[in-house]
This record gives sequence, structure tokens and C-alpha cells, in this order.
Amino acid sequence: MNANPADPAGTQAVAISGIHKTFNEGTDDEVHALEGIDLTVAPGEFVSLIGPSGCGKSTLLRLIADLLQPTSGHIEVFAKPAPQARVDRDYGMAFQTAGLFDWRKVGANIELPLELMGWSASKRRARSAEMLELVKLPDIANRYPWQLSGGMQQRVAIARALSFRPRLLLMDEPFGALDEMTREHMQKELLSIVAELDTTVVFVTHSISEAAFLSNRVVVLSPRPGRVHRVVNVTLGERTEDTREDPEFFKKATEIREALRSVEAAS
Amino acid sequence: MTARGFLGKVLAVVLGVGLVAGGWELFKAVVGVNDLKMPPVSEIAGTFFEPVQRGRSEILAVFLLKSAWFTLKEAAIGFVVGTVVGLGLAVAMLRSQFLDRGLGPWINISQTVPLIALAPIVVTWGRTTFLSDVQAVSLIAAYLTFFPVAVNGLAGLKSPDPEAVELMRSYAAPWGKTLLRLRLPAARPYLFPAFKLAATLSIVGAIVGEISAGVPGGLGRVILDFASRYSTGPERLYAAVLAAGLLGLFVFGLTNLAERIAMRGQPEVAQ
Repeated sequence: MNANPADPAGTQAVAISGIHKTFNEGTDDEVHALEGIDLTVAPGEFVSLIGPSGCGKSTLLRLIADLLQPTSGHIEVFAKPAPQARVDRDYGMAFQTAGLFDWRKVGANIELPLELMGWSASKRRARSAEMLELVKLPDIANRYPWQLSGGMQQRVAIARALSFRPRLLLMDEPFGALDEMTREHMQKELLSIVAELDTTVVFVTHSISEAAFLSNRVVVLSPRPGRVHRVVNVTLGERTEDTREDPEFFKKATEIREALRSVEAAS
Repeated sequence: MTARGFLGKVLAVVLGVGLVAGGWELFKAVVGVNDLKMPPVSEIAGTFFEPVQRGRSEILAVFLLKSAWFTLKEAAIGFVVGTVVGLGLAVAMLRSQFLDRGLGPWINISQTVPLIALAPIVVTWGRTTFLSDVQAVSLIAAYLTFFPVAVNGLAGLKSPDPEAVELMRSYAAPWGKTLLRLRLPAARPYLFPAFKLAATLSIVGAIVGEISAGVPGGLGRVILDFASRYSTGPERLYAAVLAAGLLGLFVFGLTNLAERIAMRGQPEVAQ
């Protein structure tokens, strides 16, 4: 692996090697969440993590984000140890609940990370306007989050996660609470946003069609303790609304479904 | 508020006062209580406009207002000190599990000691150190005030979603910034009910403190004086107690106003 920043061609966005995660180790409540995970994500790639509930996919995402620490193993984000990448703000994050702060207007919510990074007020305002433009909500900077629909809130959350232009976006079931139509719409929007900003994405989902539609690769995890059961490569070209009716799309969805089935049957 | 809504509120208050006054007279008439135990409403109302003392031009209402102002100042200092201490304790207990476990029980025990028993100790202790009696009274008010602020404050500081805390951590936000940008704003719906309680308790603490310390100038001393001369003017004691109640209502209203200002732009909670 080439860690020279001047030559990022050899640098992985995320490199996970030999990760084990055990919660409450040595107590009666010990839980083996993840076991022997090896995974790399290339720059610009869109990788989804899918698996039965409790398989540790969210845990794996939090390990990459350095919100949790592995029991053993090693994680690098852009060739830096995960804790360093967090401190350097190399990634943005979005959760299932949009998690906007109720007391801040939309604009101020998007500016929150910039504020913490010490940006000037004028630069912050310019960037938040730009981000709202990007998520196609140009006129809502002065609204409060509770005045927005769930889908709009999630767009604002994405704008906030990407406001400081991190090269990596970590998403934990961000569309899980949205209705089907909004969800499909958001998936397409997300793809165009990350394409425009050239962002690498690691995406946790439990939806097979969502994983197939969004990803370059889908990582199917086994039930607890989570292991990488299978990796499904998805080559569908540019996604449009028609992609969802493409026979190739169905083939990939079927492949993911069967991987999930076999892994559930094996346990 | 619309003009109509305001009129409705005024009407409700007038009606409420009328009902209490009517109930008072009705109870007297039915049970047969004499005027010394329960002076007529008209006499209590009238005494506000009579001179405090024979030969003095100051009417009772003005005298009570001055006394209330004196007590309010003591209570306000107590409220501020208690709030700062309460918030400080909440933050300390949030920061350190050791302090949470260590301080928690003591904070609860502190409120099981009857104030009336504690007040003389604080006053005596104050006299042997650097505290004036008035400051000792404020300290007693603070003693009642800090408790709801500490307890509700801690609950409020712990109230943000785990994901919101994770988000701040993903931004590599230091602990203090997470406190200021996330935990404190999120604690407001927990803090304001505590402030309302603390404000009225600070008045109670100040009055009890004045009575224990014998501090002149406030409502506590007035109540004590009027109680000792009850037989010659029972309506004046009632008037003083009423004034204490109104003072409590006033500080409650102030915190209510502060809450509205601080919670501007927030979704309206169903009443």
C-alpha cells in the first residue's frame, strides 16, 4: 500500500484488517459483535454493508468513525489510523434520525461543523447556502428543522455531513425512516451529490434494493459474530430511475438476497 | 396573544379572585367563623390602603411593596447563587461518574433536613465568619434553589440522543464545546421547570431565613410583627401573607417570561 499523500493512487479510503470487536469483554454480558473483518474501500467507491439485524454493521461503521474502538485489529482511513482521521475530520457522518438540532435554524445546523472548525461567519454562510443549493433546498436556511418533512430533514443532514467537504461519508441507515417514494428519490439525489463532490461512501442498510441501487460493492455480513460472508460486485453503470427495472438490477438484488438467505440458514 | 385572548385571561383572573373571596365568605357564614379568625374580605382588601401606623402617611400597600422588594433582592441573590451551584454540580456529575456517585446521595440528603432547623445554624455560622445576616438569608434561599437545578439540570444534560453525541464526537468537538453547543441547549426544557420551582423556593427560603435570623426590612419580619399583633389587626397578617404569595407569583411569572424568550422558535408544545 502506498501511503504517500502526493501519490494517492495506492491509498485506500478505508483499510480494515483483522478487526475483532467484543462488547463487555470478560463479563456475563460479553457480546462478540465482529470477528476477523478484512475489508478495503477504494477512493470514490460506494460500499454498502448489509446483513441480518444485530450482525454488527453499525458497529463496523462506528469503528471506522472511531466512535468505537476495536478489541483487536487495525483500521486506516486515508492511510491514517482511524482516531487521527476523526481528529482531522476526514469523514462526515449521517444517521437514521436526521439528528438536526431543534434550536438551530437549518442554515446554522449545516454550519455547526464549520463553526467547530473555526470558520468565519461569512465563509460559513456562503458554504451553507452552497450546500443547500446542492441538496436542492435553496430557500430554507431560515426555517427550523421541525418545520421540515422527514425527507427534507435528511437532505439537510447530508448537507451538514458534507459541508466541510470530507472525502469520506459514513451513513447509518439514513433513509430507513422514509417512505418508499421519498427513499428512492433520495437514493438518486445522494448518488448525484457524492458524484459531484467525489466522495467515498460507506453505507449501512437493511434494504436489498437500496444496496443494489446505490453501491459499487455490497458487503454481506453474517449474523453475530459478524464476518464478511460475501462481497457482491454491482456493475450497473449510471443509475437512473430505469435502473430499478433493469434485469441486471434484479439479478444483483437476487444475488444479494441469496447471500443473505444462505448466511441466515447457516446460522 | 390576541386582544380577545388577553381579555379572556383577565376575565379568568377576575373570576378566580372572585371565587376565592366568595368561598371565603361563604365558609365563614356556613361554619360560623368569627372575624378575628377570618376577617372579612373587604377588611383585608381595605387594609392595604390604610396607614401602616397611626400618624404615618405611608399606606400598607406601599410598605408591603418595599418589604417585598427587600426580600426579592435577598431571594434573587440566593436564586443566582443556587442556580450557579446547581448547574455546576450537574456539569461536574456529568463529567465524572465518581462525582455522580459521590455527590448524588448528599444532594438528596440535603433536602431532607428541614429548612427551619438549618436556618439558625447558617445564621450563627455566618455571624462568626464573614457573612452578614442578609447574606446568610440569601445563602438559605440558595440552599433551597440549587437542588431542583442540579437534579433537573443533570437529567437535561444527559438528554441528547446518543447519535447527537456521536455526531459531535465525529466532528472531534472537545467536551466543553459539546456541552455548550449540544447539552446545554438540549437541557432547556428540563431547566426551565426547575428554574420556576427554584424561583418560588428562593422566596420561601428568604422569608424563612429572615424570620430565623431576625433580619428586619423584609416580608419575613413583617409577617412576624403582624402575627404578634394579630388580635388588634388580623387583616394585616392576611395582607402580608397575601403579599408573600404575590411575590412568589411574580418571580414565577418572570421565569415564565425568560422561558418564552429562551425557547423562541421552538415547536409549540400541546398544552
